[in-house]
Amino acid sequence: MEVILKATGLRKTFALSKKQQRLEKSDKKIKVAVDGLSFEAYKGEIFGLLGPNGAGKTTTLRMLSTLIKADEGDAIVNGHSINTEPDKVRQSIGFLTSELKLEEFFTPNYLFDFFATLHGISSTECAARKKTLFERFGIDKFAEVKVANLSTGMKQKLSIAVSIAHDPEIIIFDEPTNGLDVITSKVVTDFLIDLKREGKTVILSTHIFSLAEKLCDRVGIIINGKMITCDTLQNICADTDLETRFFEIYEKEMGGQV
Amino acid sequence: MKSNILTIMKKELARFFGDKRLVLTTLVIPGLMIYLIYSLMGSGMMSAFAPSEDQIYNVLVTSPSEEFVAAADQLKLEITEADIGDIDSIKQKLRNGEIDLYVVFPEDFDQSIASIRVGEAPDEPLELEMYYSSTEVNSSAAADIVFSYLDGLEESLSNLFNINSGSAQYDVATDEDATGMLFSMLIPMLLIMFLFSGCMAVAPESIAGEKERGTIAALLVTPLKRGDLAIGKILALSIIALLSGASSFVGTLLSLPKLMGGDMVELAGIDAGVYGVTEYLTLLVVMLTTVLVIVAIISIISAYSNSVKEATTYITPLMIVVMLVGLTSMFGNGAPTNPVLYLIPIYNSVQCMNGVFSFSGSLINTVITSVANIAYTAILVVVLKKMFDSEKIMFSK
Repeated sequence: MEVILKATGLRKTFALSKKQQRLEKSDKKIKVAVDGLSFEAYKGEIFGLLGPNGAGKTTTLRMLSTLIKADEGDAIVNGHSINTEPDKVRQSIGFLTSELKLEEFFTPNYLFDFFATLHGISSTECAARKKTLFERFGIDKFAEVKVANLSTGMKQKLSIAVSIAHDPEIIIFDEPTNGLDVITSKVVTDFLIDLKREGKTVILSTHIFSLAEKLCDRVGIIINGKMITCDTLQNICADTDLETRFFEIYEKEMGGQV
Repeated sequence: MKSNILTIMKKELARFFGDKRLVLTTLVIPGLMIYLIYSLMGSGMMSAFAPSEDQIYNVLVTSPSEEFVAAADQLKLEITEADIGDIDSIKQKLRNGEIDLYVVFPEDFDQSIASIRVGEAPDEPLELEMYYSSTEVNSSAAADIVFSYLDGLEESLSNLFNINSGSAQYDVATDEDATGMLFSMLIPMLLIMFLFSGCMAVAPESIAGEKERGTIAALLVTPLKRGDLAIGKILALSIIALLSGASSFVGTLLSLPKLMGGDMVELAGIDAGVYGVTEYLTLLVVMLTTVLVIVAIISIISAYSNSVKEATTYITPLMIVVMLVGLTSMFGNGAPTNPVLYLIPIYNSVQCMNGVFSFSGSLINTVITSVANIAYTAILVVVLKKMFDSEKIMFSK
């Protein structure tokens, strides 16, 4: 299998302010968010990062998308280093996270064209891609409605469409179904499966076991910034389900506490 | 121009011009409000300091001169004869505005004037008294009228010498000098303030606002270069700020005759037409480069801030500094000549404008100002690019 993403020894720390120290009930001035994380993702698979809140999933995805820099380690994304070729990495990926918002003043039509232009897509290619994605997500009926007036689900679908306007090889989604109703969640998960069928690589973070079981070929379980295990679902779960297996691993790591 | 810079510019301009409320509050209302406020101020001041043209003044006179009474209609005076009574109650009436003036002629005034006319001067000068209130517009005007009348009468009796009674133009100042003096004191300060306000109206919203709403992160995960983002935003915001500054400037220019009183402007020889194409072009170049510097400074402050509110808080002290720098055009005689002074940002622009309006500027100092402003903008663009690249700044919460 072709490795399309290889992360090696990724480490990220954040300085804690006095207020954050109080919130974290810690006197440490530095928080290690990701601690020497290594994993690989293969072309055409859906790879899931699984872990509790604060485990380091989002920080890992933000490093892979070059939104933040790694303190140590590197990742090669579609042949490009996140440290030395961030521009080329951004060209190869589509990234979606809840902290990325679309300007509410503009219409889906305008925003799609805008982001496609930034990715260097020709107007002909952009028009064809927009037609496909807008029809797929049902955005075409709202193409000229300002984002501010769209429903939460429609905004999320538009965010997905915009993030992959340039037809990237690797799609990185952070908690893609968070806050969505069941119908929109299904549309999103079905779309991720379709992307896999098209040969795209999807890397997603989630804490929803059923979603991971439904979508992922392989998962990596992160606890306290460390990759505890990374394997196929079958190998990790063996004769049990993912949720049970996750808590076994978690209790072992945390010394029996949940 | 690189296409991504253009894409960012187009988006910023589309965001601005697509929002009618933003266009109204940034481009239309400032100019309109300045025009209305200054015009109202001018009208208010005129009515406060000048009586109406058909005003008849109520004058109380003791021992009135016959000549004076005969001239009363022409002088628009309504004369009431009065004995010297309680001077305190008359003073109170003047203060209350019940009467406009009280004049006390000597008892034998007409007789004494007649004697002077035949060459018999009195032993001592005649003593006249005029009571008036300088804080009452009508009283003050009535005193001026009667004083001029009596002064003319005295001049006709003993004309020893005249000053500037011919038709020559004794004040050698030209219209250019008069306009230059006024405009160079006022306009640079107003312009720099309007430009700063224009920049402040749009830059924090575009950078701190995008950061606050999380929309800038969506741009940062595209292959868009941070430098292109910085240049695109600064150029687009400069265009909007320049239009906003121009709106305020036009409002000021249109209201200036009303603010100063139309007659005063004409009498003082003030005429904006004394400035030619060269002056207006120089002004445009200076304004353009100044806006670039101001927008770049405000953009950096906005990028550092987490919200529009925070950015505005940081920018306010800077606005006061800029205002104080703007005041420097009011001091000194024309623009300074030392080229080194034109390397100081904002001050160089104010003095360049001062030079344009007072006809005392030099080409070399204008060039130094423009080049320095562009160089400062370039440095600030690099700083802004670094800030866009810094996760600590862009994602600090």
